[in-house]
Amino acid sequence: MADVTQREQSGDGYGDGDGNGNGNGNGNGYSHGDGYGHGDGHGDGDGGLRALAMRPVLRPGRWWAPTVGVLALIVAWGVAAWVVQYHRGLGSAGYNDHAFWAIYIADVVTFIGVSYGGAVVSAILRLTGAEWRAPLTRIAEGTAVVTVLIGGAFIFPHLGRPERILELIYRPNLSSPIFWDFVAVSTYAFASMVFFYLPLIPDLADAADRVTAAGRPRLGRLYRLVSWRWRATPAQRRILSGSVGLVAIMIIPLAVSVHSVLSWAFALTSRPWWHESIWAPYFVVAALYSGIALVIVIVALFRKLYGLQALIGERHFVRLGFILAPFGAAYLYLTLADFLPGGYVGDHGVAAVFSSVLVGRYAIGFWLFVVGGCIAPLLVIAIPRLRHTRQIVAAAVLVDLALWLKRMIMVVAPANYGRISGLFGSYHFTWISVSVTLAGVAAIPLLLLLLFRVVPILSVAEIEELAHAEQQVHIPSPAVIPAPTPVGVNTRRQPSDLLGRPATFDIAPETP
Amino acid sequence: MAHYGMLIDLTMCAQCSACTVACQTLYDRPPDQSGVYLLTYETGTFPAVKRTTLPVQCMQCQNPPCVSVCPTGASYRDSATGTVQIDASRCIGCRYCIAACPYGARQYSSTTGVVTKCTFCIGRVADGLEPACVETCIGHARVFGDLDDPGSDVNRAAAERHAVALRSDLGTRPSVYYAS
Repeated sequence: MADVTQREQSGDGYGDGDGNGNGNGNGNGYSHGDGYGHGDGHGDGDGGLRALAMRPVLRPGRWWAPTVGVLALIVAWGVAAWVVQYHRGLGSAGYNDHAFWAIYIADVVTFIGVSYGGAVVSAILRLTGAEWRAPLTRIAEGTAVVTVLIGGAFIFPHLGRPERILELIYRPNLSSPIFWDFVAVSTYAFASMVFFYLPLIPDLADAADRVTAAGRPRLGRLYRLVSWRWRATPAQRRILSGSVGLVAIMIIPLAVSVHSVLSWAFALTSRPWWHESIWAPYFVVAALYSGIALVIVIVALFRKLYGLQALIGERHFVRLGFILAPFGAAYLYLTLADFLPGGYVGDHGVAAVFSSVLVGRYAIGFWLFVVGGCIAPLLVIAIPRLRHTRQIVAAAVLVDLALWLKRMIMVVAPANYGRISGLFGSYHFTWISVSVTLAGVAAIPLLLLLLFRVVPILSVAEIEELAHAEQQVHIPSPAVIPAPTPVGVNTRRQPSDLLGRPATFDIAPETP
Repeated sequence: MAHYGMLIDLTMCAQCSACTVACQTLYDRPPDQSGVYLLTYETGTFPAVKRTTLPVQCMQCQNPPCVSVCPTGASYRDSATGTVQIDASRCIGCRYCIAACPYGARQYSSTTGVVTKCTFCIGRVADGLEPACVETCIGHARVFGDLDDPGSDVNRAAAERHAVALRSDLGTRPSVYYAS
C-alpha cells in the first residue's frame, strides 16, 4: 500500500509541474512519455521539465511586464539621481573631506561580494558532485553574473570624474591597489559569464526548435548561433564537461583573489582598522556568507514567480542553510578575532575607531549586524523547529541587509577618523545616495527577469543527466522498489520533490 | 635639483589663521577648505589649561603613500622640486589618496570633482617668491628653503631648534618639520 501511495504522490507531483508549465500535463504519473518518464529515454521535447524551464522565455505570465516596468522605474530613478549628483557634486550624496569613502564603496563591496555566492554554490557543488544542485545552478550562476556587473557599475557614482575612467586603462599606476581591483573584478566578471554560458549550450541547442515553433524564430536563430552546433555527441559532451569542470575550478581561486584584492584596497593604507592582515579572509568569508544568502533569496523569489516548487523544495533551502551557517559562524569568529587584539592593546587610533564601533556612534549598526546578521540566522538554521523555507529565506534577507550595514561601518568609521586630530567627521545619507543604492538592489531582479526572458531558467541538460545516471544505477521501475525510508533532512521532503520521482537524489549511490 | 622643505615653529605661531586665509585667497578655495588648516587642542585641567595649535598641510613626503595608491598617476612626486603634486587633468576623483594620507592634508573638491592639496606654492617658488603661508605669517613661524642645501635657512633653523617630523613612525619621510 505504501508503494502505491508513494507512486500516486509522485505522479501527482509530476503532473503539477507539468500543468503549471504548459497545460499539456494530465497528471497521470508515469504513463505519459515525458522526457522525465522513467526508463523511457529523454528528449521528447514536450516534457514538463522543459516546459518549466522555457516558460519564462515563452510565456512568463501577465505579471511579468508590470513587474519589469516597476523595477525599471526604480533603476531609472536611481540613474536620474546619479545625473543630479554628477551636476551638483558628490557633496549632494553626503560626502565630505572626512567621509571621503562611504555608501558607494560599501555598495561596490556588497554587490561584488554577493556575486561570489552564486559562483560558489554552483562551482563547489559541481565539483563535489552534489546532485541536488541541479535545479539551482542556472539561477545561481545568473545571479553571480548580474551582481558582479551591478557592483562594478557602482564605481561610477563613487568617482568625482567618472568620464576619466579610461585613464585607468591608458595610464595605470601598477602600484595602486585600485588598478588591481579593476583587473581582478573584470577578470572575475568575464569568468562568471563563461561559467554561466558553458552549461547553457546544450539547453539552448535543445530549445532552439522549441522557441521557433512557439513563434520566436529570431530567438531560435540566436540559440542555434550561440550553441555552436551542439548535437550532444560523446566528443562534444566530453569537451563541455571538461571545460565546465575547469572553469568551476578556476572560478574559486579567482573569486578568492577578487575579494582579497578588494580588501587590500583598504588594508594597504595605514588607517586604523583598515590596515589589518585579517581583512582579506574577512572579505572572502563575508562574500561567501552574503552571497549564499542572496542565492537563497533569489532562488525563493524565482521559485515562486515561475512555479518551480516541483523542482526546488524545502530541502534545497535547508541544505543552502547548512552551507550558509558555517560561513556565518566563521564571520562571527573573524569579527571577534578582528576586534580582540586591537581592542586589548588599545593603540591610539585603533582604540578610538573600535570604541566608536563597539560602544560609540556606530554601535547600534554594529550590534544590529551581530544579532540580526549572524546570531539570528544561525539560530534559524540550528533549531529544527525554525528550519523551514520561510524562516530560512527571512534569515537570508537579514544576512544581506546586515552585511551591507557592516561594510558601511567598515568603510565609514576608519575614513571618518582623523589620525592627526583624533576627531571623527560624519557621514549622512541623502536622497541621492539612497536612490542610487536602491536602484542597484532593484537591478538584481530586473536583470534576472530579463536574463531568464532569453535563456532557460533551469539547467535542463544537467538535471536530466544526473537523473538519468542515477536511474541507470538503481531504479529499474519505481513501482517495484518501495520508497526508501526518509532520513535526516529528507524527512521534510515533499511528495512533489524533483518531479515526484520516488527516489530523490539524496539517497542515490555514487554515480559511476 | 632641489628638495624644498619647511619648518614650522609652534612657539612662534600666534594661531591667527593668516596662513589658511592666504592659501584660500590665492587658490580660490571654499571657506571650509584650505591647503593649510589649524588643529587646536586644549591641554591640561582647569585652571591650568593651555591652548595649542598645530598647523597641518601636505608634508611633501619623500615616500608619499598618496602617490603609490593613485590609480592613474595623477598624484606624483616631482623630483625637480622634491614636492608632491597633483595633475588635476588626470585625477578621476576616486579619493584613494585621501584614504592613504595619514595627515588629512588632502581635500576633495565637490565642484571640480578632483582632489586638491597644498602645492608648496610651487609656481611662486619658481618665480623666486616664498609660499603664500610663509610670506603672510605674522609671527615668522614658518621657514622655507632647500633641504638639499646644507647652508639654507630651513636646514640651519631645523638643526638649531631640534625640529621633528609628524608621525615619522609611518615611514613617510615628510619634508615639513615642526619645532616646539
